[in-house]
Amino acid sequence: MSFLLVQALSGLATAATLFLVSSGLTIVFGVTRIVNFAHGSFYMVGAYAGWSLIERFGGTPAGFWGSVTAAALAMGVLGAAMEIGLLRRLYRSPELFQLLGTFGVVLVVQDLTAWAWGPEDLLGRRAPGLKGSIDILDQPFPLYDLVLIGLGPLVLGLLWLLFNRTRWGTLVRAATQDREMASALGVDPARLFTGVLFLGCALAGLGGALQVPREAVTLQMDMAIVVEAFVVVVVGGMGSLAGAFLASLLIGQLQAFGILVFPQITLVLVFLFMAVVLVLRPHGLLGRAEEVPPTAPATVTVPLSTGGHTGSWALALLALLAAVPLVAGDYALILLTEVVILALFAASLHLLIGLGGLVSFGHAAWFGLGAYGSALLVKHMGAPMPLALAGAPVLAGLGALVAGWFCVRRSGLYFAMLTLAFAQIAWSIAFQWYAVTGGDNGILGVWPSSWAAGKAAYYWLTLALCGGTLWLLRRAAFAPFGYALRAGRDSGLRAESVGIDVRRFQWMAFVLAGSAAGLAGGLYAFAKGSVFPTLLAVPQSVDALVMVLMGGIQTVAGPLAGAVVFHLLKSEVMSLTDWWRLVLGLIIVALVLVFPRGIVGFLSGLRSSFVRRRA
Amino acid sequence: MSEPLLTIDGLQAWYGRAHILDGIALTVGRGEVVALMGRNGAGKTTTLKAIMGLVERRAATLRFDGRDLSALPAHRIARLGVGYVPEDRRIFADLTVEENLEVGRQPPRPGAPAWTPEKLFALFPNLAEMRGRRGTRMSGGEQQMLTLARTLMGNPSLLLLDEPSEGLAPLIVRQMAEAVRRLKAEGLSVLLSEQSLSFASAVADRACVIETGRPRWTGTMTGLMADDGVRAAYLAV
Repeated sequence: MSFLLVQALSGLATAATLFLVSSGLTIVFGVTRIVNFAHGSFYMVGAYAGWSLIERFGGTPAGFWGSVTAAALAMGVLGAAMEIGLLRRLYRSPELFQLLGTFGVVLVVQDLTAWAWGPEDLLGRRAPGLKGSIDILDQPFPLYDLVLIGLGPLVLGLLWLLFNRTRWGTLVRAATQDREMASALGVDPARLFTGVLFLGCALAGLGGALQVPREAVTLQMDMAIVVEAFVVVVVGGMGSLAGAFLASLLIGQLQAFGILVFPQITLVLVFLFMAVVLVLRPHGLLGRAEEVPPTAPATVTVPLSTGGHTGSWALALLALLAAVPLVAGDYALILLTEVVILALFAASLHLLIGLGGLVSFGHAAWFGLGAYGSALLVKHMGAPMPLALAGAPVLAGLGALVAGWFCVRRSGLYFAMLTLAFAQIAWSIAFQWYAVTGGDNGILGVWPSSWAAGKAAYYWLTLALCGGTLWLLRRAAFAPFGYALRAGRDSGLRAESVGIDVRRFQWMAFVLAGSAAGLAGGLYAFAKGSVFPTLLAVPQSVDALVMVLMGGIQTVAGPLAGAVVFHLLKSEVMSLTDWWRLVLGLIIVALVLVFPRGIVGFLSGLRSSFVRRRA
Repeated sequence: MSEPLLTIDGLQAWYGRAHILDGIALTVGRGEVVALMGRNGAGKTTTLKAIMGLVERRAATLRFDGRDLSALPAHRIARLGVGYVPEDRRIFADLTVEENLEVGRQPPRPGAPAWTPEKLFALFPNLAEMRGRRGTRMSGGEQQMLTLARTLMGNPSLLLLDEPSEGLAPLIVRQMAEAVRRLKAEGLSVLLSEQSLSFASAVADRACVIETGRPRWTGTMTGLMADDGVRAAYLAV
């Protein structure tokens, strides 16, 4: 009994931290309508900054709490700077750009933090005056955690007062509902939003600095917390403070007790909980139905053109690619094999985004599921390569069938969050289920059959399978299936009124894209000879998004060009530096800000302006 | 004669690629009520939004109180003393009546009547009874009153009033007309867009008739009432 009570209390302490961070995220979303991926970065840097300050000044209670406050305020200032430098330019962009742009910040911050504080985990000192524990029904419980438990409701109360009893709070609530009307009444939305980012990021920094006495400060804490905070915000209802509080409590308890019952799948539990809540209450526990006006789809809705000679160009390219082994060495072939695989991966995501208007933030799930499917078939069943390769799209497709049923029920940001949740579920299984997946160590020894073991042979196999699948995807794009998808993307209501079951088509597209990504994953596993959980992780999903974005969303050929450029950049340029996250992050931010139409779109824009000038 | 409070010439406006306004020209003198008239889709609402900086626009002249508005964002224009009352009301539904007024509040400015919630509650007694009520729980007429009151909290010297009589019960329309006359008496200048000839003739000094984004006729309200030809060409449905 007393053990359970202490367990519940430690769940409350977790909930308090979770609430501090998620409240900031939900406030920022409520006002700016941007899901700030970098929110976790402010938590992490808040913890690092807090650690440094506490090491120096934290010997006394005043010094400790002063350090925590200073770290929080510093994060607020950084958040305001990010609003001015980046977010301000993204308010009218599609949510894909907003998610990617802020993810670029995540990468940059990771490297800058590693540069400033080093890669080692840091252990901070305990809070002075709160080092001991007290006995609750004969079970010891840390005093510091009790303080945290009290802090959650205190912050909720203060935020409530701020938003309901001050002019600033009233203006923020007004701008949240109708930004344009507020500005027509003389409210400067830009300054208001800078203030909101200050507040939100200061809360994240506060949460981070308060962790210093509890756990080690590491470079992984940013992604860990932001994904949990997403879950809290989505479960609670996006933009709802009280909802975030309630969801934090529930998820804190779920984690505290889940670890007792299902220690292997605590991470999965949280995401399953989110999926169930979203199916039962689509807008979260305390969210409201109106919500999330569609963001500008303008950059997506440019019609695709079939192009006059696309077929002959594609065949010529294929012939050229097939001839490469005659001249190129092994290294070039390995690189090219990966490029071809990634092109299929990117094209499968493009099917969802470009045709369906469905921005998936967890497409790596299907790539990774295909890779793990192949690897597991080889490892546990001793399956030969052809069978294992055939299993990859089937397993990924089945996974996408289940996940898709949930995901296509929602659109826009909720869709992105749901796909992210399913990818995290897949990732946690690969990461936590040691007995089967080998966890962190992955699965090694996934080699091709002897007839395909040569670099050239495997390259040709890859080229044939990926080429064939790409041709199928392209056929689908210009078949009635593709038209129905695009109709649903451009106007769901109108499409339904002419008899198109939009949701069913989106579901089919989800499965098709998942299977194609799964095949790419299977091919990737055999190309590398091994699989690791990183294949299912968020950065892998982001890689796919960057490839699509680099190539340009409006063109079917875009993802292919994007895959080439991205992979060459990543393997040739970024391998030259230890700071590849910094480089990649800056590239992403630049893409989002400067080349929103992608490389192919940018080039065709150049060409048409050149043609116009000559005419 | 001194410069008019608002001078517009050659006003162009777009929604995306759609060219909506093409050369609107009009003036509003100090203490004057001008009705911007025209059929549905003529560009009345867009004209008011263009003045306010809420749509993409360009103008040969867009001056208010001696200041050029054409490069200013909406909130700066509002702070110069231009009050905008949208036709679709756009009450902040989550906020109470008093909070809605608070959002509109700005410091008093010379040359314009200074408003407080108490003065506004005296002007719109209905609102006084529901200070703590949220916008979601108000009738259309009450919302229209609140929208006007909220804009007045900014102490404007020029009011842009978009279709004030649209969709309201006849009794409320009469109250609205009475309110506009009282505001004029307080020294406010008003530019209102209107389809209803009876409402416009009850409050306006002059009229400016537009069609498909172009100015067609300008003159006194009495002149418009007397000119059957203009009314038949540009206003009759």
